[in-house]
Amino acid sequence: MRFIRQVMVITAKDLRAEMRTKEAINASFAFAIVVLLILSFAFEPTEDTTREISGGLLWIVFLFAGTLILNRSFARELPNDCLDALIAAPVPGAALFLGKGLANFALIFAVEIVALPVFGIFYNVRWARQFWSLMLVMVLGTWGLTAIGTVFGALTVNIRLREVMLPLLVYPVMIPILLGAMKLSTDLVAGQPISGDLMVWLKLLVGFDIIFTALSLVLMDTVLVG
Amino acid sequence: MSAAAVDCAGVWKFYGDYPALRDISLSVPAGRCLALIGRNGAGKTTLLRMLAGYSKPGKGLVTIFGKSPRETDTRQRIGFIGHGISVYDELSAIENLRLFGRLYGLPNPERSASEWLERTGLERVRDGLVREFSRGMRQRLAVARAFLHGPWLLLMDEPFTALDDRAIAVLQTVLRDALAAGRTVVMSTHQLREAMDLATHVALLNRGRLAFQGERTQEMVKDPGWVYAQYGES
Repeated sequence: MRFIRQVMVITAKDLRAEMRTKEAINASFAFAIVVLLILSFAFEPTEDTTREISGGLLWIVFLFAGTLILNRSFARELPNDCLDALIAAPVPGAALFLGKGLANFALIFAVEIVALPVFGIFYNVRWARQFWSLMLVMVLGTWGLTAIGTVFGALTVNIRLREVMLPLLVYPVMIPILLGAMKLSTDLVAGQPISGDLMVWLKLLVGFDIIFTALSLVLMDTVLVG
Repeated sequence: MSAAAVDCAGVWKFYGDYPALRDISLSVPAGRCLALIGRNGAGKTTLLRMLAGYSKPGKGLVTIFGKSPRETDTRQRIGFIGHGISVYDELSAIENLRLFGRLYGLPNPERSASEWLERTGLERVRDGLVREFSRGMRQRLAVARAFLHGPWLLLMDEPFTALDDRAIAVLQTVLRDALAAGRTVVMSTHQLREAMDLATHVALLNRGRLAFQGERTQEMVKDPGWVYAQYGES
């Protein structure tokens, strides 16, 4: 029970701090909209082309916009040496990871939920034909990005060029999740239900989420203290 | 409870190949106050951070009340004041203390937070955001944060540096109360007069080595620079 309480306390703290400053969420949201807008001008895709590229397009936007939020997650602890206080508190690394991870997930998912209808308008696509399946894929894909991004955010927090280093380190690790999420999203936006080959991609997403979450839970203490 | 609150046995710490701490063996009995003194770069902060569990020794063993500093119940018993105030600018004073009260599992974080705001003279600004606080108010809040959970060991890295008069008075009062209640204090400092006033033991670090450790004597009270004169580098 204490573990869950600590997770919730850290999540609530991060969300409250972000809602007061709106540093990361505003930047992330604006970035997502601008990228969607620029790409819609750049390619002027037909409806068929859009359906083919929709998964890739969406997840590239989600990834770049999400990175802005992930970068801020541990950087927020640096002023006043707040990270020291968190490390010194009797909070397991796993609770710290989950608390920060859930806050990151909520913020990134909020950006995605707003960006999705904007994508539909800019690209003239009816994206909601498999709404709940698409939500499931977004939840799984976003959690995968969040789990990896959170633990690598802790790893790079004291590096001088962390804004550059975080994407360089995490994007290659995120490739399996992105592949699954892109393939599934493309077919779901096109209106196909999850069945047959798509189930394999869904299982891959679930598998990677479980593996990366378990690794992060175990490794967080080592990442923070060495 | 073990007789020694803090025990270091043959501790080394390396930054790359450079040994920041060299074969430190140090013991602080429970209920005592150790003043850790030394020039800049002597290794005081490195040693304190190791005692607080922020880093591990390259060689040797550190124990706090007989256990590793990273064990959860050990961390529950440690309060740390470092160079930063370790409170969040985006949160109010009461929100900061409530947050740490909950993380430390206090039975009534709200009441504990209110009590410490009162003790540090911050009850009037309890709902004010920390980013709007003056430097002195922020420092008093840092003191409240470190003492909130009733730690048995207080680790303080130059706690009197840059404090205003009121914050110094608050800190001295809560430190005296803590020592009277049997708490152990380890503080690094350059403010020798304040340190000798509170300390029961003194340790001098010199370029990563322990040059002296022992009980505080009357010579040290009369002349706070006495330890440097006897054991420090020329």
